[in-house]
Amino acid sequence: MKKLLALCTLATVLIAFSFTQKDPGTGYLVGDTARDFSLKNVDGKMVSLADIKDAKGYIVVFTCNQCPYAIAYEDRIIELHKKYAPLGYPVIAINSNDKVRQPGDSYDNMQKRVKEKSIPYAYLYDETQEIAQTYGATRTPHVFLLDKDRVVRYIGAIDDNSEEASEAKEKYVENAIDALRAGKEVPVKQTKAIGCGIKWKA
Amino acid sequence: MKQILLIALLLNTAFLQAQELPFIKADQIDRWKEADTDTVWVLNFWATWCGPCVAELPSFEKLNKEYADQKVQVILVSNDFKKQVETKVKPFVAKKKLKSKVVFMDESNPNTWIDRVSPEWSGAIPATLIISKKKNQYLFFEKQLSYEELETAVKKVLER
Repeated sequence: MKKLLALCTLATVLIAFSFTQKDPGTGYLVGDTARDFSLKNVDGKMVSLADIKDAKGYIVVFTCNQCPYAIAYEDRIIELHKKYAPLGYPVIAINSNDKVRQPGDSYDNMQKRVKEKSIPYAYLYDETQEIAQTYGATRTPHVFLLDKDRVVRYIGAIDDNSEEASEAKEKYVENAIDALRAGKEVPVKQTKAIGCGIKWKA
Repeated sequence: MKQILLIALLLNTAFLQAQELPFIKADQIDRWKEADTDTVWVLNFWATWCGPCVAELPSFEKLNKEYADQKVQVILVSNDFKKQVETKVKPFVAKKKLKSKVVFMDESNPNTWIDRVSPEWSGAIPATLIISKKKNQYLFFEKQLSYEELETAVKKVLER
């Protein structure tokens, strides 16, 4: 009986889970306050947003090692960090892909990628996928720009051209940060882009 | 008679040849959504580099084959990078011998057209839209579909 009950509970949880992960309406919207987290960085240390001293905001990027779109944006993410971390807006990259479905996105491979590309920002492993679920990240790369109070100020793509950085006309994330720094309204608060679906656990 | 034979031969050769892979713009999506015909359009958004997309392609190929005599039109909309159409997409389509119609989405900024496919779509692929304006049916899926799921959805629209 107990087993049956456990099974039923599990089934219910699984059903609920499969709904939440497929419903794009359950994640954060612009204006929501995002939760903090404690996730393992590639250097083995746990990182929370609250640990980042003097932050005026956070560029949280759900990304991964292998998705061609994530790779196409990698240099631009590095540039964002180099430009904005000194101004108080560091990049915090998070990989939430299931390593069973996507072995190339394992923690070891994250460490390798960071070495290969000399990635200067924190690159965290969301092994339980809880943070991607809560934030409502669905693809890589997927940006959530938070202000210092962790209020979501922008969700979406980095710019308007994933294939050619040089041809990007609108730099959504940069424009949003520049607006925040100037105390102005973020001009474009939400965008959509093609990306690799986050590989959810089976 | 000879002429018919010749035409048949030509048609046959055309089918045997690799697909042309036409480029489309976002307004083509609107045209499919607005097409006032009996055809049910099955639009699948994919890319050669997307594992789950490639994994579900056989389902779309099967649907295309099994429903060839019905008013069902499968369109595989490639979201690969433009510079890889010749080097990756065309060779992939030829190698896999894809029979469903493959087109390339020639738009640089997805933010301008993702919502036109469906406001429900976050942009992650694979994604599939099954539409029939005449029946007022718009079924959208942002996930990998099995053949059963796909067929169930198509049947639902056909039977309306």
